[in-house]
Amino acid sequence: MNAKKLTLKQKYIQSTRGLDWEYSYHSKEEIFPYAEYEGIKIHDWDAWEDPFKLTMDSYWRFQAEKERKLYAVIDSVAQNSGQLGVTDARYFNAVKLFIQGVTPLEYQAHRHFAHLARHLPGAGLRVAAQMQSIDELRHAQTQIHTISHYNKFFDGMHDFAHMHDRLWYLSVPKSFFDDATSAGPFEFMTAISFAFEYVLTNLLFVPFMSGAAFNGDLATVTFGFSAQSDESRHMTLGLEAVRFMLEQDEANVPIVQRWLDKWFWRGYRLLSLVGMMMDYMLPKKIMSWAEAWEMYYEEAGGALFADLARYGIREPKYAGVAKAEKDHLTHQVWTVFYNYTHAAALHTWDIDDQHMDWLSEKYPNSFDRIYRPRYLAWRKQAAEGKRFYNNGLPQLCQVCQIPMAFTEPGDPSTVSFRVSEYAGDKFHTCSDGCKDIFDYEPEKYVQAWLPVHQIFQGNCGGATIPEVLDWYHLKEGVDNLDYAGSPEQAMWNNWMVGRRGSDNLDTKTAAK
Amino acid sequence: MAVTSIQPNYSGPFRDRVENFHGNQLVYVHWEGHLNFCSAIALALPPEMPFRTLAEEVIAGLYGSDPQWASVDLSRARWMLDGVDWNPVPERPIGEQQVGHKSLIRFWTDPVENTRG
Amino acid sequence: MSRDVSITLQNTQEGAAITEAILADNEGAVRRDFPAMIKIDRASRLVIKASSVSDRLGRQWDPQEVHLSLISLSGSIDEDDDSLTLFWR
Repeated sequence: MNAKKLTLKQKYIQSTRGLDWEYSYHSKEEIFPYAEYEGIKIHDWDAWEDPFKLTMDSYWRFQAEKERKLYAVIDSVAQNSGQLGVTDARYFNAVKLFIQGVTPLEYQAHRHFAHLARHLPGAGLRVAAQMQSIDELRHAQTQIHTISHYNKFFDGMHDFAHMHDRLWYLSVPKSFFDDATSAGPFEFMTAISFAFEYVLTNLLFVPFMSGAAFNGDLATVTFGFSAQSDESRHMTLGLEAVRFMLEQDEANVPIVQRWLDKWFWRGYRLLSLVGMMMDYMLPKKIMSWAEAWEMYYEEAGGALFADLARYGIREPKYAGVAKAEKDHLTHQVWTVFYNYTHAAALHTWDIDDQHMDWLSEKYPNSFDRIYRPRYLAWRKQAAEGKRFYNNGLPQLCQVCQIPMAFTEPGDPSTVSFRVSEYAGDKFHTCSDGCKDIFDYEPEKYVQAWLPVHQIFQGNCGGATIPEVLDWYHLKEGVDNLDYAGSPEQAMWNNWMVGRRGSDNLDTKTAAK
Repeated sequence: MAVTSIQPNYSGPFRDRVENFHGNQLVYVHWEGHLNFCSAIALALPPEMPFRTLAEEVIAGLYGSDPQWASVDLSRARWMLDGVDWNPVPERPIGEQQVGHKSLIRFWTDPVENTRG
Repeated sequence: MSRDVSITLQNTQEGAAITEAILADNEGAVRRDFPAMIKIDRASRLVIKASSVSDRLGRQWDPQEVHLSLISLSGSIDEDDDSLTLFWR
């Protein structure tokens, strides 16, 4: 007699649930110490239904296939000198921002999903977390492999992990993830699986990967797509995990709402660096940050929050501020990076007329009035040999750790200053969103390792900028300063003479 | 509660207590209306520093490269300290004029209608 | 307000076959092309039938193979042996 073949769903239950057991030697509370302290109530873990019924054997098979395809492309790009096909060397500053800022977060995610794979009480969720942990490690590895080819030629990438832990702008992504990994499992799932990997994911993915596609970087497009195929499982996990929490107990709703408000805001602030990259660092542009925000948050978010409204969830508290900041955000962040390029492991540059006209067209309400005059004045200073670098250190937000360059919604001439008093000290934040986060859990954020304050404490290699840059492993005159006059520019121009003829040269003179 | 934690009454190290700054205080200064300087600037200053030194050496050193600084007369600037109007006395130490650890000093040098950054 | 489900696929041979199957089996589905990607949107529900994709590829195709072509999606998932469905509850 033939044994009846199991359906996909039956096979899945047998392979995952069937392996779990009731604990008899220790209490459930001892085995899962993180399960209850956040106040989230789960009455029935068995009610969790895994959205994707992927067992380990299928997982390995698909992931191995993805890896084979990806590494073939990486090899091909290396063999064919793919870096020569990129629109312009300035594009690689987006790649630098990625390897310094994003790749270490993949690694952090890998570590924390491994932690969740042990500490989530539900077997189905543990399986999903296990797979995600391996996915995230794969993402970190494939990004490092891919970008190692560009590291042979371009600057700023050589010590990305060391720099991630030390540089002022990299404490922005680092602290974002540190905040999530020092939270409990349910907040982490809401923060990363849901808010970051579902609600906001396209605002990370589209700028970098479409940016790569538009600018001739096939290798990045390929690792991007390879990672995104895993991302579909991650985002679905996030959506279903949030639904599960909301369905298990009404008391979970206000907790989840508070996390949504917090992590929407933290994710949005983090993405301001990506928006800057999209509007300023891509020689061939996909769309503006404002357009991306409209398409991927304002429109797409509508369907999502309409779906969650049945549980009593509303849109994130400061979504309106994000909308109001659309016309200013990226220009203010570019201003930050232009101010401090002498201390950054990437380049900035003076904006040419063609780029200004594009910005003018995309930002009709703000660019010509506020930012064009600023960039013209800087161009003039650079042409006079006095390229502007800010010789002070910036005030950083205690929560998002970005230099406090964001202005009041409705008044782009006034910096948005917020301050909280706690335990006899003042703590400055950049916005109502960050202030709310500080005020709710001050004991967490008073511990923030703020790069500027650490320099003043003498913890960053010394009291002078050269000592600090050395401590950063930043190569002075190579990794930092304006693109004009950089070794990369000289190298690129030399290549382009051979490749495309001299009419493609960038002939700006060096401004130090 | 001041943080969600497994151990009740969890408290962690305050990284920026004034004792960590070797006799200095953190002070932030901001030249209003000039957002070519992207944000307020962070400084570590001894509370004994006379205001005159802060204005004529430190602040002038920070903003002096700006083409508009040449026409600035700081003695006619309007000042705010930690959100309230402030009339600093040049000879007195800043520490004796309410400038404390992490104080924020904002100043305006331009006529009201000319605040484009 | 739009309650569309959505799927974004790589513009490879397999991605193209899956796309054609979706468009044939889901009336009202809308296709948009981007560099190296195909995005398909449809109001509230979309199904990928293994048989439709298999016909177009010329070999037996398992719905779980969609993982090799997926870039992004929007909506809840229901998987079984013969199909993958995206839906909003």
